Amino acid sequence: MAAPRVPRVSLILLAVLALAVPEARSEYGDVVLNRYSGKGGMRPVVFPHWFHRVRFRCKVCHHELGFEMRAGANDVRMSDIIDGRFCGMCHNNDIAWGAERCDLCHSGKPGLKSGIYGGHQTNGPGRW
Amino acid sequence: MRLALALLLAICTVAAAQSGKPPPRFERNWDSLAKDGVHDPRSPAMRQLQEPREALSALPADSAGNQVRWVDALRDGSINPRSSLRPEAEVRLLETDIYMSRYGSVPAVRFPHREHTLWLDCSNCHEKLFKSKVGANEISMLRILQGEQCGQCHGAVAFPLTECARCHNTPRTPAKPRQAMESAR
Ligand code: HEC
Ligand code: HEC
Ligand code: HEC
Ligand code: HEC
Ligand code: HEC
Ligand code: HEC
Repeated sequence: MAAPRVPRVSLILLAVLALAVPEARSEYGDVVLNRYSGKGGMRPVVFPHWFHRVRFRCKVCHHELGFEMRAGANDVRMSDIIDGRFCGMCHNNDIAWGAERCDLCHSGKPGLKSGIYGGHQTNGPGRW
Repeated sequence: MRLALALLLAICTVAAAQSGKPPPRFERNWDSLAKDGVHDPRSPAMRQLQEPREALSALPADSAGNQVRWVDALRDGSINPRSSLRPEAEVRLLETDIYMSRYGSVPAVRFPHREHTLWLDCSNCHEKLFKSKVGANEISMLRILQGEQCGQCHGAVAFPLTECARCHNTPRTPAKPRQAMESAR
């Protein structure tokens, strides 16, 4: 058995994994939505999974409310939200605060691309 | 590629066995929102949004992902997220475990329906992601790493793919390559 070699190989593999982690260290599972926000003169939207899953199981959004489970797959417009669709199914001053609190949703760094972010070891499906 | 994966898993298993006892201790560390590279530190929301540390440090500890053992957080009642908004919405649960052991080179995978259906609905996986028939799905680690199959959630929102042993959680038995069993727990 080449037992003494194992740690060295694993160190190299770990180093490769560590180097592959990009710079943004936002909380695991954060999704940026910026298909329209930047063009509309607003900061990108940051959706925190960690915050919402403390309050709601996945099935509430991804089954009952019908959010597709793919970053960028939901064509969300601000008018939808005000009309009570997508985020507006809860952010309606009933289940949660309403659409008038622009900055709480539009809190991202200008120019961010849509997609899933998040540190602590991976940066979303297929990105190592 | 398959060989490389098997080797990596073997190494992870060896490393896990060596550091197995005493139970691994780790420091949990959350970046503040203003420094996380995604939020704009100049946004007026910075003073209003909750810091991850504030909410997550109280929950059962993990070393990866959100650094929270979400399955345990549900089980021990430290959180009780809503299952539906409308009272009439149907909440479906299933208790069967699926054992996946097509490969002699890696420990078998026990897929628990229970822990998944506590969070998810059947439609999140069936029939698009997985057919609901034992052995009907050709699951491969390569596709998982590319964000398909189990990797749609693991590596994005559920615990990340670096946690090999949490899926490859069952020492190999000479059973059938796929098997469904009533959850023993
Ligand atoms: C409050 C609503 C809400 C809850 C609860 C929620 N999600 Fe999401 N999820 C979203 C939104 C919004 C998106 C982004 C969709 C988009 O960009 O079009 C998303 C995206 C995703 C994606 C796609 C990520 C990618 O890489 O493409 C996955 C996977 C996912 N969610 C899994 C989960 C899991 C697992 C849970 C439960 C632990 C969960 N979600 C709970 C709203 C929610
Ligand atoms: C509950 C969260 C939320 C709140 C609150 C919110 N927005 Fe949005 N807004 C979104 C999302 C999600 C999008 C679509 C994101 C994308 O892909 O760019 C969006 C998109 C937009 C757009 C892009 C154009 C369009 O038609 O979609 C503008 C402009 C905008 N919002 C302005 C505002 C203003 C002004 C306010 C406050 C009055 C506000 N938003 C409050 C979530 C929110
Ligand atoms: C299932 C209901 C639900 C949906 C859908 C939902 N939210 Fe929320 N959200 C909540 C609740 C409840 C809160 C907490 C409100 C409170 O603290 O009063 C919240 C809080 C937030 C916060 C503030 C987090 C903090 O740190 O305080 C942000 C940002 C947010 N939501 C963004 C979004 C965006 C963007 C969407 C759509 C992509 C969305 N939410 C969809 C229920 C929802
Ligand atoms: C997280 C994904 C996921 C969810 C959620 C899920 N399943 Fe499955 N299911 C699977 C996988 C993976 C298999 C294994 C298929 C195989 O062996 O190829 C499976 C197998 C099955 C099977 C065949 C095995 C058996 O026990 O006979 C049935 C039936 C089934 N699921 C029903 C359901 C029902 C009903 C729900 C909701 C209560 C559900 N599943 C939720 C992933 C899921
Ligand atoms: C639709 C999303 C989704 C898919 C697909 C999915 N999982 Fe999960 N899985 C979750 C969530 C959510 C949890 C809860 C723990 C967490 O969030 O970290 C979980 C937890 C687990 C656990 C931990 C159970 C425990 O007792 O700690 C295992 C093991 C697991 N998944 C294996 C798998 C395997 C194997 C597959 C593919 C056959 C798979 N998962 C596919 C969402 C998913
Ligand atoms: C989310 C659950 C999950 C995680 C995490 C995971 N695997 Fe897998 N892996 C699977 C499933 C499911 C299979 C298919 C098993 C079967 O069909 O018998 C598999 C198969 C494999 C195979 C067999 C060959 C192949 O290409 O499919 C290897 C090798 C493997 N995994 C290595 C790893 C390594 C190394 C890690 C950690 C870096 C890892 N796995 C993490 C679920 C997982």
